[in-house]
Amino acid sequence: MHIVVCIKQVPDSAQIRVHPVTNTIMRQGVPAIVNPYDLFALEEALRLKDEFGGRVTMLCMGPPQAEDALRKCISFGATDAILVTDRAFAGADTLATSYALAAAIRKIAQEQAVDLVFTGKQTIDGDTAQVGPGVAKRLGLNLLTYVSRVVKVDLDARRLQVERRAEGGVQLLDTTLPSLITMLEGTNEMRFAGMDDMLRAARFPVRRWNKEDAGIEDLTKIGLKGSPTVVSKVFGPTPRSQKADLMSVVDTSLNDVTLNLLDKIFTQHPLLEEEIVSQLSV
Amino acid sequence: MSEAAKPAAPRPAGRAGRNMELPEHLKAYKGVWVFIEHDRGQVHTVSWELLGAGRVLADKLGVTLHGVILGGPDEPLDSFAKEAYAFGADTCYVMRDPVLKGYRNEPFTKGLTDLVNQYQPEIVLLGATTMGRDLAGSVATTLATGLTADCTELNIDGTTRALAATRPTFGGSLLCTIMTLAYRPQMATVRPRVMPMPRRDASRSGTITEATLGMIETDIVTKLLAFIPDAKRNTVNLAYADVIVSGGKGLKHPDNFKLVWDLARVLGAEVGATRPVVQAGWVEAERQVGQTGKTVRPKLYIAAGISGAIQHRVGMEAADVIVAINTDANAPIFDFAHFGIVGNALQVLPALTEAFRARLTPQIRKVA
Amino acid sequence: MANEKFDAIVVGAGPSGNAAAYTLAKAGLQVLQIERGEYPGSKNVQGAILYSDALEKIIPDFRDDAPLERHIIEQRMWMLDEHSFVGTHYRSDDYNKPPYNRYTIIRAQFDKWFSSKVREAGALLICETTVEHLLMDGERVMGVHCDRLGGDVFADVVILADGVNSTLARKAGFHGELSAKNVALAVKEILFMPEETIQARFNINEEEGVVIEMMGSVTEGMVGTGFLYTNKDSLTIGVGCMLADFKSNPNRTAPYALLEKLKQHPSIAPLIEGGEMKEYCAHLIPEGGFNAVPKVYGEGWMIVGDSGGFVNAAHREGSNLAMTSGRLAAETVIQAKAAGKPMSARTLKAYKDALDQSFVMKDLKKYRRLPEVLEKSPQFFTAYPGLVNNAAKTLFTVDGVDKMTKQREVMGSFTAARSLRGLLGDAFRLWRATR
Repeated sequence: MHIVVCIKQVPDSAQIRVHPVTNTIMRQGVPAIVNPYDLFALEEALRLKDEFGGRVTMLCMGPPQAEDALRKCISFGATDAILVTDRAFAGADTLATSYALAAAIRKIAQEQAVDLVFTGKQTIDGDTAQVGPGVAKRLGLNLLTYVSRVVKVDLDARRLQVERRAEGGVQLLDTTLPSLITMLEGTNEMRFAGMDDMLRAARFPVRRWNKEDAGIEDLTKIGLKGSPTVVSKVFGPTPRSQKADLMSVVDTSLNDVTLNLLDKIFTQHPLLEEEIVSQLSV
Repeated sequence: MSEAAKPAAPRPAGRAGRNMELPEHLKAYKGVWVFIEHDRGQVHTVSWELLGAGRVLADKLGVTLHGVILGGPDEPLDSFAKEAYAFGADTCYVMRDPVLKGYRNEPFTKGLTDLVNQYQPEIVLLGATTMGRDLAGSVATTLATGLTADCTELNIDGTTRALAATRPTFGGSLLCTIMTLAYRPQMATVRPRVMPMPRRDASRSGTITEATLGMIETDIVTKLLAFIPDAKRNTVNLAYADVIVSGGKGLKHPDNFKLVWDLARVLGAEVGATRPVVQAGWVEAERQVGQTGKTVRPKLYIAAGISGAIQHRVGMEAADVIVAINTDANAPIFDFAHFGIVGNALQVLPALTEAFRARLTPQIRKVA
Repeated sequence: MANEKFDAIVVGAGPSGNAAAYTLAKAGLQVLQIERGEYPGSKNVQGAILYSDALEKIIPDFRDDAPLERHIIEQRMWMLDEHSFVGTHYRSDDYNKPPYNRYTIIRAQFDKWFSSKVREAGALLICETTVEHLLMDGERVMGVHCDRLGGDVFADVVILADGVNSTLARKAGFHGELSAKNVALAVKEILFMPEETIQARFNINEEEGVVIEMMGSVTEGMVGTGFLYTNKDSLTIGVGCMLADFKSNPNRTAPYALLEKLKQHPSIAPLIEGGEMKEYCAHLIPEGGFNAVPKVYGEGWMIVGDSGGFVNAAHREGSNLAMTSGRLAAETVIQAKAAGKPMSARTLKAYKDALDQSFVMKDLKKYRRLPEVLEKSPQFFTAYPGLVNNAAKTLFTVDGVDKMTKQREVMGSFTAARSLRGLLGDAFRLWRATR
């Protein structure tokens, strides 16, 4: 079995702060991590590898330092890792990204046919969830998003069954290999790497592909050129013209403050009190 | 759809290497479409919300608004269309086919893509639900066009007549406006509850244009074997709650979250939480309010120990009354809350609970 | 694969560990570096001054790509009381002539850079892995045991660079518990501020930096100092006191409370006005000096950096001693390997000898009495700041009082507070402690 897992290295957005004056992102010192959602995809892929044998190839499109993210995945047990890195990819939106990744996966498949491609549900910096579907479409893979469980894989019959999260319930889908799965979070627990894996990862020669190595032929489809969407501006949220009516508990008793607050709220919004009481009266 | 590495100041049009001009042949694309999402006989309300937003866009552009409904022949697609007119659509494209009963990526992608290629809309909107996101990504890639996900605002840019879609970026720390200038259609997904529910006007009517899919079941590789509905126990109904009390990391310890529950009980409110709190496992993921959680539009939202970072803000700032409790007078939440108490939530919450209880409980009418 | 053997294992990826690992790897030795944090520097905190001299001897061309904030051209030493300070400044344009002698740095970025150099040089680095204990064969250290499956790794020598609170050395019996008298607890904040504002407030140009070292009322009578450094677009402000003093302080003032007070001092507040706090951290700093340096080598092991107590409290130098100790340890190993000698205590003694001959031990020796003197003489932190400030105020205020009276007033205040004998005694003690 040959599984390709696509990951992205992202800034740990929980730690990003915005410069109070210039409104730019303060990214210094914010560590770069493997997109957390991707780890669920990786763990699932590794479980299948444990069950069926075979290889898990990691794939990432990113700058040179994204190699660390790939290395981390090797430490969990992935077999191989390829970093597709090239200045020409800069500024890619999700359409251009899926083009580049799809080309790379085609190349990988030339070495050994690919049965499954896994991605995480979305990234914590882009949050679009669009690259997985884009890659599937380009490679003609069956698309299975928001997968909560891989129910069974039949390599001989080339069939796959998964549970997919939908509104109000779970779909049980049956389809053929090869497919692309975007994995839901919280569906498994990442294994703990042993010392062997850590040492192997530290030594691992992560392969680097530029755009030629990745088999990209049409340069108009990558990077800025290949991105239909244009960011026309970036800005911080505008504070409301009227700031909050602030009360402090430092000089006033807590009791007075809360009574004062309720008075203000319900005087300014008389219907609100009635609505809440009605609901409680049901 | 942009994950551009370093967004800079506004880029002037005609930047080297990028096509910022709409090619002639794409100028014929007209009209705003809303994908009407439905499942097992019910339309997802996000579709109506999008019709409301779509109506505004269509009016600004001076074009028509259309609903797009794909489904099985025995599903009530005509009544869905009637509802769509009531919420603002001018016409509906309806594609009926047995293989479209129950959502699957393959037939729905082909169906929507074929419709777009035939009728050429300039804007296509879908709800950012599991179905919408699954479908939008596939369709946008097939059409090789721009898709912007999880938009919080949709506008028309005066000069270019293009869709200006605003969404949070960099994990939600900032907002960005994204446009697809040289490709059509311009696609966007919007989360439920971000757009207000439009007024329903039962007197409105419209026409249906029927379309054929041209696929047979044996063409389609993925089979829907079963649908397992979620158990009814403890369903969290955050998105439609009128009163919500939320807690953030400022509460310091998971045990303290009990104070949020106490206040919620007195108010008959739902309980919400921020992403860090959910990630730390203090409450279930369904309670997450924010950009990657639920968007809510309650009448009253009380935020305790929440700083007010954009990730959370975009999920609740449409609330009618926002009350914030935070020890830091400079916390961003006070920039958009209506009322604020600068103090420790661990003390303020119990006091508020008692104050509300004393005021409201005597008013509660017991149903005999 | 399991139970691999390396030439050397370095525990910790802070300045001393990186210095050791880099030097060893550059010489072609097989080095494994093990860091318990998520990434190098994640567990490290420092006021953030880089001393070029120490780093130059390891990476001569570090200036090419190391993340450096500002090079320091002015040093200010302030003695504060509640509302004022008396200060001495030294500023020289000579400090503007490259190569620059000291820089302010941001630890998180610097450690990351240093670590990338270490890996470039050929060392293997694994993170998020804790060395739980050393593998011993009698007295001899054979390797380390880590908190991962199959976590035994062997080496000819293990270099402990695991910081001030090293449990490894303690567990192995190489040194005892860390005494509160030998360690200081420091807290610092990084405050974000536009470059232009910093340059205007501190009278510097682009890339130039100022260091302010403070003592006096900021530590409420406890033995300690405060500091303020200018980074490119942020300020680092902090304060630290002997842990023992924090514990015995009747007011039980917490470190962050001290820092708040410092930030509000009328001479400090205007300098940091408008700064947005970007980072807050606390750390322990070894302060015991010469007498607290443990045994730093043995059968198959060496200790470098904070773990060995190599901090010159008098001059608040630590990272240069750390890097130098790392380098010297590595050089000892390299020489031993080249000569075919085993990593026995006898061989590794050369490390201690090298330390003794270097500024590291020489400086520590020079100031060895200082910790004790300061501990026994709280007046340096309680009475003197007030006295000195009042003296200055008296002498600089022109109010019709004649100068002779003023002079007598000042002298009188000193003798009243300390008595003539006390004054002479203090001078003597200070001289003895620092000679």
